[in-house]
Amino acid sequence: MLSDPDLQKLIFGRFSLEDIPFHEPILQVTFAGVAVVGLAVLGVITYYRFWGPMWRDWITSVDHKKIGIMYIILAMVMLLRGFADALLMRAQQSMAFGENQGFLPPHHYDQIFSAHGVIMIFFVAMPFVTGMMNYVVPLQIGARDVAFPFLNNFSFWMTVSGAITIMISLFVGEFSRATWLAYPPLSGSDMSPGVGVDYYIWGLQVAGIGTTLSGINLIATIVKMRAPGMTMMKLPIFVWTSLCTNVLITAAFPILTAVLALLTLDRYVGTHFFTNDLGGNPMMYFNLIWIWGHPEVYILILPAFGIFSEVTSTFSGKRLFGYVSMVYATVVITILSYLVWLHHFFTMGSGASVNSFFGITTMIISIPTGAKIFNWLFTMFRGRIRFEVPMLWTISFMVTFTIGGMTGVLLAVPPADFVLHNSLFLIAHFHNVIIGGVLFGMFAGVNYWFPKAFGFKLDPFWGKVSFWFWTIGFYVAFMPLYVLGLMGVTRRAQHFDDPSLQIWFVLAAFGAVLIAVGIGAMIMQFTVSIRNREALRDTTGDPWGGRTLEWSTSSPPPDYNFAFTPRIHDLDAWSDMKQRGYERPREGFRAIHMPRNTGTGAVIAGLSVAFSFGMIWYIWWLAALTFVAMIAAAIFHTFNYNRDFDIPADTVVRTESERNSMLAAQA
Amino acid sequence: MRTLLQGLVLPPLFMLLSGCNLVVMHPSGDVALQQRNLVLASTGLMLLIIVPVIALTLWFAWRYRAANETATYKPDWYHSTALEVVIWTAPLMIIIALGALTWISTHTLDPFRPLGRLAAGRPIPADAKPLVVEVVALDWKWMFVYPEYGIATVNELAAPVDRPITFKITASSVMNAFYVPALAGMIYAMPGMETKLHAVINKEGVYDGLASHYSGSGFSRMTFKFHGLKPDGFDAWVAKAKEQGTDLSREAYLALEKPSEGVAPRFYRSVADGLYTAILNMCAMPGKMCMSEMMHIDASGGAGKESHENRERLQYDNRRLEQGDEPNGATAPAAGRAPRSEGSPNDQGSPENKKAPPTKSDDLQIHHH
Amino acid sequence: MMHGDTAPPGTEAPVFHESEEHPHEASTLLGFWIYLMSDCLIFTVLFATYAVLGRNYAAGPSPNDLFDLKLVAVNTAMLLFSSITYGFAMLEMENGQLKAMQLWLIVTGLFGAAFIGIELYEFSHLIHEGATPQRSAFLSSFFALVGTHGLHVTFGIVWLIVLLIQTAQRGLIPENKRRLLCLSMFWHFLDVVWIGVFTFVYLMGVLR
Repeated sequence: MLSDPDLQKLIFGRFSLEDIPFHEPILQVTFAGVAVVGLAVLGVITYYRFWGPMWRDWITSVDHKKIGIMYIILAMVMLLRGFADALLMRAQQSMAFGENQGFLPPHHYDQIFSAHGVIMIFFVAMPFVTGMMNYVVPLQIGARDVAFPFLNNFSFWMTVSGAITIMISLFVGEFSRATWLAYPPLSGSDMSPGVGVDYYIWGLQVAGIGTTLSGINLIATIVKMRAPGMTMMKLPIFVWTSLCTNVLITAAFPILTAVLALLTLDRYVGTHFFTNDLGGNPMMYFNLIWIWGHPEVYILILPAFGIFSEVTSTFSGKRLFGYVSMVYATVVITILSYLVWLHHFFTMGSGASVNSFFGITTMIISIPTGAKIFNWLFTMFRGRIRFEVPMLWTISFMVTFTIGGMTGVLLAVPPADFVLHNSLFLIAHFHNVIIGGVLFGMFAGVNYWFPKAFGFKLDPFWGKVSFWFWTIGFYVAFMPLYVLGLMGVTRRAQHFDDPSLQIWFVLAAFGAVLIAVGIGAMIMQFTVSIRNREALRDTTGDPWGGRTLEWSTSSPPPDYNFAFTPRIHDLDAWSDMKQRGYERPREGFRAIHMPRNTGTGAVIAGLSVAFSFGMIWYIWWLAALTFVAMIAAAIFHTFNYNRDFDIPADTVVRTESERNSMLAAQA
Repeated sequence: MRTLLQGLVLPPLFMLLSGCNLVVMHPSGDVALQQRNLVLASTGLMLLIIVPVIALTLWFAWRYRAANETATYKPDWYHSTALEVVIWTAPLMIIIALGALTWISTHTLDPFRPLGRLAAGRPIPADAKPLVVEVVALDWKWMFVYPEYGIATVNELAAPVDRPITFKITASSVMNAFYVPALAGMIYAMPGMETKLHAVINKEGVYDGLASHYSGSGFSRMTFKFHGLKPDGFDAWVAKAKEQGTDLSREAYLALEKPSEGVAPRFYRSVADGLYTAILNMCAMPGKMCMSEMMHIDASGGAGKESHENRERLQYDNRRLEQGDEPNGATAPAAGRAPRSEGSPNDQGSPENKKAPPTKSDDLQIHHH
Repeated sequence: MMHGDTAPPGTEAPVFHESEEHPHEASTLLGFWIYLMSDCLIFTVLFATYAVLGRNYAAGPSPNDLFDLKLVAVNTAMLLFSSITYGFAMLEMENGQLKAMQLWLIVTGLFGAAFIGIELYEFSHLIHEGATPQRSAFLSSFFALVGTHGLHVTFGIVWLIVLLIQTAQRGLIPENKRRLLCLSMFWHFLDVVWIGVFTFVYLMGVLR
């Protein structure tokens, strides 16, 4: 670009125009698609003059409900990206046999499976879970917002910033080829020079800051902001699981931050934490990353357990069976999740006693998990089960997750793990629990709380179509992988010699296509529901006969959630209120104190994208400048003491009487 | 509907399954066989609870559907101490049994532990001497050294049936895992470290061996055949190696060690003295300090401030970059090729070379698929 | 405390909402404490790393060759003094003495700056002797642990300056008091971490 190489290096770091993959047909099409959709969205926003409202009402919003919704939108968008990667992998593996090399050369295929893992865990599952907790927890505990509303907005935008960084790697340079956990020495600067691993590091590091802060925020919210009367043993079960998840987040993500920082030092400074040479120890990375990584899977699954508990209880028309044992099971899982990390690398050759210790602690986790399954079972027992879409997901989960749990315990037996580790059996197992557990849970949650968030239900027909395609597609896609694992086929292979394996990969690819139809049906479900929203309208605020506080307010809830802080007497507070003839207050409304929106979070997060880009491409002036700007923006924010405002009493009166007349019209 | 589905789906499924080789379920070595038995036993134990749970889920869901007015409805029933005891104890019992099984089997099947038997009911003969094989995971091929016979091979492994084998395993650059599914479970191969695996093959045959820990571009082609041979067949195999092989000098090793993919099997009739130890200690390259020496110095308190020259001698990882080979996980711009393009820096653009980069610098035969 | 406006007097009907606004007790201190615990975990990882790699000298210098205990003792004293003076600042804050509080804060900041200065001197000395972070895993983990602590102290000083300005602008209003309390927790936390570093890295390194 410039004639003087030194000057070019100073300005552009290691970036040059050759790093943009103009020549790649797959990427050209992807880029064209993204560009067209992006321009269309921008066009629509501009045409409807939506920029102002979007900035005022969404981007700068500190309202936990809007932030929760934005998290879930992020998760769904990234699901499309991660799933596209999955389709490419399935296509490659179903054709690359013998002479046929498939259509993805190894270094491209390696990036795809690395990106798939990173995106699905960090930018689909995590935002999904965080979004659910953000939306639901304050409503369930009768609070008006989270403890630190600005921090919440900041956390969200940092997560987005990480996602953007990862997405940039698709069009500028390359992504990591060192798998989703970037094990050294492969991920070190000697073995993986180039920008790939750096994209990985900075994307995760920035998003990880958001996640940690959001964990702190939600703990403080649950501990400090419960409605009066809501003792810990009257917490809705979803709040309990959220509390445990956030404890895990704050206790696990700092470890990820630290271990990635050490890898960063190895790559940028030339230190020797995880290198083969000069005293480094790559095995330490395995330990540290999994001390984060194993709690991470419980971070994902616990809120899903919470959702299933709420859904089972609501749609069985019964109070949750064994609430107390459910709570203890959750707490036990939380604690035990820190004592099992080594089961991810039994094959590294620790001693037999160490291996069996970690194997047995892993199995012990299945006891509280099993108790939970039984509790759901006995919640259904002698209930009146309505097979609405959330309940369908729940039943499918109970069957699927049980199978996944079984294969998981099998993998926890070290000598069995020796023959199954790193095989497609392992891949089938964790997709079995993450799709069958986390994702199904999130889908149940979306269908369950959508009417609360938007005031109308989701279309049940397309919901059921999506449910069946997902469920059947899941089994068709992953049961063959169990079989392949038993045939001794390893993961992450870009090509196979043995043609007799092909039929199973073709079957798995067909399953992926079924899932694609399921995703399509889901998009259809949203489209149809938005079109038919008047017919699907929920005027009661309680469309399912709910049991917890969020159903006591309108759908969607007013900005302040509750005109008066609820007082809790029983578990299943709303159920209790309904039973004992609760009547909505009609007078005595007063002004409500609320936090003010702020753009600081979005600004700092935007700067952090530029900072990451500068670090990744060695554009030091950009990195330094944006780093200073981030600190300055944060400090500048602290000089603003005017952070709250009052919603005037007459606005509250107007909102509440609108609701009253709506309810009266119905009755 | 469900039965229809089962009727349609299950028979072809069984046909498929019977047609394929579930090697993990039908191994030919005693260690893998014991591991298979453990898989079956654990699965059986767990099915004791898994099957009832799944059955109850579906049954309860059907029985207590809202449309079924005849089913009992007890909205206020949410606690039963007796049931709670059962639902915590039942999994607990199974885990106690499984835990005991785990503790025992993990110790008896510890890969570091010498074998206790050749097969069920067949103790190891008193005069049996284990066959020692030194395994090195290279980029991207396997090297096997037979110290007893003074030979070495690449991408071909052989052992006589019913003779205990002791694998000593290491790697040259990044981590990998050594896995012959028919023989025994896998274990990591790690640079600068040695893991061990004890195993025995009980049936003659040719089995697949593979790398089962992702290690970069050539990972999927890093496969080899493992030959289980009769004792005389094994002797003939050794003789063939002696006859057909070349010498594995340090120089030959350093050429071999450079990245290459899909390498056809080859033999070495002799192996340079101490080569495996040097590889294990990361000092096969001339001028490098061995890790063992470094650890000895460190154990005695380091080499003091005036030891700058040691640093250069202890840098092992940077040789790919220095020699101009593409490192295992290189990405743009350091990879030297355009992002996601097919070529590699060592590639002259001919289609044959695409599958198997660096070819010219070493004398290996490249096996084209 | 609980007056519901739906319950007519004389009946036992339960009260389902508060008619008064009860401001929640501030969550900031709890939240900040949880943050400190998560930060503590970062240090835990660094300590663990040092425990694993601390003797991998890579045929190079060891703590015995490098550390100057006297210098580190002076440095430790700087940080301990700064903690005491921060305590004085907090006492003055409780008494509402803005000027005295600011004075003690400035003293604290100066002690902190001295600590950073001495640490930087130590680092430059080490690097000058060839004991760079790239030399060995021991030195990598040493620089990472001590450097991360130093970065925290630097950040604390920046924060302290910001608070000096803010208290000068607005005095000891509740928001500022809360911030001073958070910084106080942060500062003492760093002190505790440093005691760990001093014992674990320097004392045990040299006296071993």
